[in-house]
Amino acid sequence: MTTDTRYTRADFQSGQEVKWCPGCGDYTILASVQNFLASLDIDREKHVFISGIGCASRFPYYVNTYGMHSIHGRAPAIATGVALADPDLTVWVITGDGDGLSIGGNHLIHALRRNVNLKILLFNNQIYGLTKGQYSPTSEAGKRTKTSPMGSLDHPFNPVSLALGAEATFVARTIDMDREHTTEMLQAAYEHKGTSFIEIYQNCNVFNDKAFQILTGRQEREANRIYLEAGKPIVFGKDNEMGVVVGIDGAQIVKVEDVGLDAIQIHDPARPSPGVAFALSRLAHGPSGPTPIGVFRQVERATYGDLMVSQIDDAKARNKATSISDLVQQHGTWTVE
Amino acid sequence: MQEETLSPPKPPEKRDRVVIRFAGDSGDGMQLAGTRFTESSAAFGNDLATFPDYPAEIRAPQGTLAGVSSFQVHIADWDILTHGDEADVLVAMNPAALKSNIRDVVAGGLILANEDAFDQRNLDKAGYESNPLTDGSLSNYHVMTAPMEKLTKLAVADSGVKGRSVLRSKNFFALGLISWMFNRPTEPIYEWVQKKFGEGTPVAEANIEAFRAGFNFGNTTEEFHHTYEILPAKLPAGTYTNITGNQALAWGLVAAAKSAGLTLFLGSYPITPATSILEEIARLKHFGVKTFQAEDEIAGVGVSLGAAFTGHLAVTTTSGPGVALKSETMSLALMTELPLILVDVQRAGPSTGLPTKVEQSDLMMALYGRHGEAPLPVLAPSSPSDAFAIAMEAARIALKYMTPVILLSDGYLANGAEPWRLPDFDDLPPIDIEHATEPNGPNGVFYPYARDEVTGARPWAIPGTPGLEHRVGGLEKEALTGNVSYDPDNHEMMTAARAAKVDGIANDIPDLEVFGADDADILVVSWGSTYGSVRAGVNNANKAGYSAAHVHLRHLNPFPKNLGDILARYDKVLVPELNLGQLTAVLRAKYLTPAVTLSKVQGAPFMANEVTKKIVDLLEDPS
Repeated sequence: MTTDTRYTRADFQSGQEVKWCPGCGDYTILASVQNFLASLDIDREKHVFISGIGCASRFPYYVNTYGMHSIHGRAPAIATGVALADPDLTVWVITGDGDGLSIGGNHLIHALRRNVNLKILLFNNQIYGLTKGQYSPTSEAGKRTKTSPMGSLDHPFNPVSLALGAEATFVARTIDMDREHTTEMLQAAYEHKGTSFIEIYQNCNVFNDKAFQILTGRQEREANRIYLEAGKPIVFGKDNEMGVVVGIDGAQIVKVEDVGLDAIQIHDPARPSPGVAFALSRLAHGPSGPTPIGVFRQVERATYGDLMVSQIDDAKARNKATSISDLVQQHGTWTVE
Repeated sequence: MQEETLSPPKPPEKRDRVVIRFAGDSGDGMQLAGTRFTESSAAFGNDLATFPDYPAEIRAPQGTLAGVSSFQVHIADWDILTHGDEADVLVAMNPAALKSNIRDVVAGGLILANEDAFDQRNLDKAGYESNPLTDGSLSNYHVMTAPMEKLTKLAVADSGVKGRSVLRSKNFFALGLISWMFNRPTEPIYEWVQKKFGEGTPVAEANIEAFRAGFNFGNTTEEFHHTYEILPAKLPAGTYTNITGNQALAWGLVAAAKSAGLTLFLGSYPITPATSILEEIARLKHFGVKTFQAEDEIAGVGVSLGAAFTGHLAVTTTSGPGVALKSETMSLALMTELPLILVDVQRAGPSTGLPTKVEQSDLMMALYGRHGEAPLPVLAPSSPSDAFAIAMEAARIALKYMTPVILLSDGYLANGAEPWRLPDFDDLPPIDIEHATEPNGPNGVFYPYARDEVTGARPWAIPGTPGLEHRVGGLEKEALTGNVSYDPDNHEMMTAARAAKVDGIANDIPDLEVFGADDADILVVSWGSTYGSVRAGVNNANKAGYSAAHVHLRHLNPFPKNLGDILARYDKVLVPELNLGQLTAVLRAKYLTPAVTLSKVQGAPFMANEVTKKIVDLLEDPS
């Protein structure tokens, strides 16, 4: 991170009135992102924010960069077009659990597998907010809402598991209230080449308040936040007395003293195989107990944009016949006198 | 007969035109045989028009009616308009091919059948109770047969091709026989085979040997001792190439990007009959074009909209079902006022319909098939080669007016071929575009929704441009600032402004030229791919002593400015369409003209005589 702060947060405020409900977690995320952008040594006009539809997707209107508030679920597709058209841009996708995982699930997984140069921030509040409180694809099974008065029958997605399953090259999770951790994740996502995916647990204080209480409550959070840090054993709790082991049945939470510190899994997000990261993602489904946050996976793979550029460069080097007349001549012509 | 074979070969009979249809199983290589015959006829200098017709299934059950694939080519020594109403010659590779095509063969026409395929099994599959080649049911035709499979096997014996692959070359046998019959040059065939299959490879050898065998079979068999000659057409001087609509469209898009100095970006998802546009442009990466095969139709237009926002000439190609999926994004493109071309290569619908067959039934969807008040310019090419010009026109309008444009081609244009007299590619009309680089408001403010006084277009400021940072989106925009606005008067004003922008394009497109007399008894109005058969139908009517005029639309929204005056001049107006009367409805609503429809929805183009007959019926009708 540069210390040459030619921008302040105000440079990234668009002047549009921010219209989220008072107390919404989106305010915190907006502030984290604006502060992060101001900290970067990159021209403001090089950022593009593309969103879909939903509360989270109003985000681009409030950030003074280029942006598009697009169609429900389609932001990853539109952002892919932006990123492929100009590789010099930093393209951010702002989406939510409904936008990104329900109506737009297809575009999300394909962006992830292609490794397009995008930073995808998925605000997960486990509810449809803009339409006033229906269950979402990340709502817990059995959730009672206006469209599920007897409880939702849907088995929820775990966004981190989904992204890993799509072979995303960068997958992380953070929490809206933890601005320091959010900023750390933004920095790591920004530096990653390819598609970066960050699930941000975001509190909807109107329709799904305290969904993440277990991770944000003063009483509970210490016992439930499992910080994933590269090269370090995965331990948590007040005195790091708890830990995670990974075996053939996946990841399990153990008491460190029961297994010894050497048996605790050392976190390595750069493992080529996504298996261990996936196992870690299965520790919490909700969250309803100890939940890992941090970078699950970060591996290098050529980006779609770079591959596209190199194909075009190769083609140009091999074939210099680039007029329409050349095309027609190769196709075959005849002359009538 | 006996005496004839003893006499020297007769000189070829001169014909001014002939229509040949190759028909067989979808695995018999009929499209290839037809295309090769077309190319050698083009090289010979005939005018021509083609009509490939094939099933949606890649390999329907062998020998069945459902699996029949055909390719019709009309060659002539004069300037022709259509692929021909009826075939003079039918090559039937099996009973099913005969059965499903015989109704399109002219009485007295020639049927050339592969007798080896007329066994009991294949006759049963085609539903013949007895063998039509021998039971006298084809007495109205001139029937000739050849044991094509047996002779192909013999011919390719030394090629190195073995087993079942041997029979793959039988289309070349048929092609050889027809090439002999119509005095086609053989060199283009040999050259193509060597290039395609590799010089000296077993497959190349087998195909060439089978072709020679067919050619020589004609030359030496008494039954066939009659050939035809169609002299080169007296086409206007110039350099020509033979081109299909999809190819011309692809090249037109590439040319438009060059003229505008922009990168061409095509986001698309494979769908019949549009796929070959994506395939054609994908192989032109050396032009700097970017192609993206998306995960679905919605993503196809989505990536293109993203590329349009970022300053590329963005295109998405599809067919009817894909247009439905893309319609939400088209509305966003309209709301964000970004240039984007949607190519709809129409096919017969609704739903999956007849995916390989032609129809013009997406017109209403193109004009009105979006939520909200969402008018867009709509264009349609009139022939395969016109697709080049219409692609450039679509780009010109999209870029100049900052609007999405729909281009309506169809399956007939997509795959049909014709000779194209090449324009001067160094002298194509330039497309002037300007990206905004400076603030356009007071105190260094940038107004993304300030409008050009003449065109109504908003500025195109692309991401990366310093000082012009702005947000666009689907919510209603405040005039000038582009900020979100729920103001009722603003919404009404912006709705009107978007409509006025599209309507204003009428001032920027050429007036229609009427073919025929101002005081003709009837005006025939057509659009899209029916141009050739409608013009031929009008010509026939006039030759028969009737008085008909014709006007053809390439711009369907907005209409050319003089269309209303033209319609008002005629008492009777006929609109032939490959739908149930969609253009008719629009014309009647807009101009209160008493237009009537000639409708056809059989998955096939009009025949010229169908148009003629309707003209005559209307003119003979005393009412």
